[in-house]
Amino acid sequence: MTKRCHASFAGCLATALVAVVLGAACSRGVESGAAAAPIRVFAAASLTASFQAIAAAYEQQHPGQKVELHFAGSPQLALQLREGAAADVFAAADQPNMQKVVDAGVTAAAPVEFARNELAIAVRAGNQKRIAGLADLARPELKVALCAPEVPAGKYARQALLAQQLTVRSVSDESSVKAVVGKVQLGEVDAGVVYATDTKVDGVEGVAITSAQNVVASYPIAVLARGGNRAGGEAFVAFVRSEAGRALLRQHGFVLP
Amino acid sequence: MIGRGRIARTGLATVALLAALLFALPLLGLLVRTPWSELPALVQQPAVLRAVGLSLVSSGSALLLAMGFGLPLAVWLASGRSPLRTVVRIVVTLPIVLPPITAGIALLLAFGRNGLVGAWLDRWFGIGLPFTTFATVVAAAYMGMPFFVLSVEAGLRAFDRRYLDVASTLGASPLRRFCQVTLPMVLPALRTGALLCWARGLGEYCATQMFAGNLDGTTRTMPLACGLAMESEPEVAIALSVILVAVSVGVLFVLRHGLPGQERR
Repeated sequence: MTKRCHASFAGCLATALVAVVLGAACSRGVESGAAAAPIRVFAAASLTASFQAIAAAYEQQHPGQKVELHFAGSPQLALQLREGAAADVFAAADQPNMQKVVDAGVTAAAPVEFARNELAIAVRAGNQKRIAGLADLARPELKVALCAPEVPAGKYARQALLAQQLTVRSVSDESSVKAVVGKVQLGEVDAGVVYATDTKVDGVEGVAITSAQNVVASYPIAVLARGGNRAGGEAFVAFVRSEAGRALLRQHGFVLP
Repeated sequence: MIGRGRIARTGLATVALLAALLFALPLLGLLVRTPWSELPALVQQPAVLRAVGLSLVSSGSALLLAMGFGLPLAVWLASGRSPLRTVVRIVVTLPIVLPPITAGIALLLAFGRNGLVGAWLDRWFGIGLPFTTFATVVAAAYMGMPFFVLSVEAGLRAFDRRYLDVASTLGASPLRRFCQVTLPMVLPALRTGALLCWARGLGEYCATQMFAGNLDGTTRTMPLACGLAMESEPEVAIALSVILVAVSVGVLFVLRHGLPGQERR
């Protein structure tokens, strides 16, 4: 009796599994048929707030269309795209990572620069340590975090510091600007060099770096060939570069080309 | 009836195979993409060696902490039943089930510069834990020690106390009873706990990054170096992953079959 129970249980399990597999296959068929596939956008982590606003505005203007946003560091997104991830649009925080995707033959059209971002110093709200500019970061009593040199923001920060011949001892080379901002928010470090757009969060204050000392990051965007909705991708990129898109980018602290 | 039995067996085998593939395929993917010819050179890069060294120091120290502090804790937990013990056991078990990022945040809020204890350490002694190698040890111990404590406690609870009574009638002191009777009897549990604790500490990523930071040569352990390498040099990340896989397989083998030359349980 027990044996029979086991046997029929296993049988059920196998049936269920087959049903799941078949079901997945069916729903895929429906998706590519009737309703329009969502526009899948891979965007750099520093675009999180601005692209969420842009996608909402886009969906409002284009009823029935859906924008699916994926945020991560540009190198990780570039890697995922080269490994075959299907997306319609890629917006990167630097040119080299976009170039990797172009070289892999994933883009459908040449990338265009759609925004620029400047570096800024993130300090805890109130700026109790009275940090006024890059030179202050060399003060020995301060704990400063940078992004690792492998990450675009870390590369730019080191360029800016080197140009001023400043030696800053970073207590932690974080893997993303978000991690630096988090450590500033919690007060674990006194300051961190991030993008100007990253300082527009609660508990953090941005200290501007003069334009003579600043490094400008260029953000390219491109329509991709492998996604399921090329037309949607093209429309979304056009919207990002339209007056409406530019206004939203500006609102979130980006500088426009 | 025979037909149904065969269908059921085939079904079971199919499902079992699919489940096994879930675990085998990622491993295979990693091994297929490993640049084997360049592996020795990749592994010998100074930054990789620093990460490996740091990982060994960090997970090894965490294991020592677990043995020094976790063993007494396990003995106390196993020595009776009380509501206090239940509460302590839950608190000690927590890191096993918590998402590691939560553990990292909790560590920061306790020992960070503005943390519960950390603020006083900073004010009175000027000591800051975060961004030091010791912080990676604390993170590894926090995440790994529960395995040691729970494993040893289970071993102690299963241990027949009558052996102690016999030793006691033979005039052995409590310390001698513990060292010469209890410890040898719970050695398998001790070994399992130690290996799991060490392995968990070695793989620690999230809590370390959150609590200790990420600085080459100070806090950038193997998993952190692996995560960062994925941003720029995936080959290095794959090489580090292969080392971690090899170590993990070694640990699991020893757990199951004992050290070479050791009598099999």
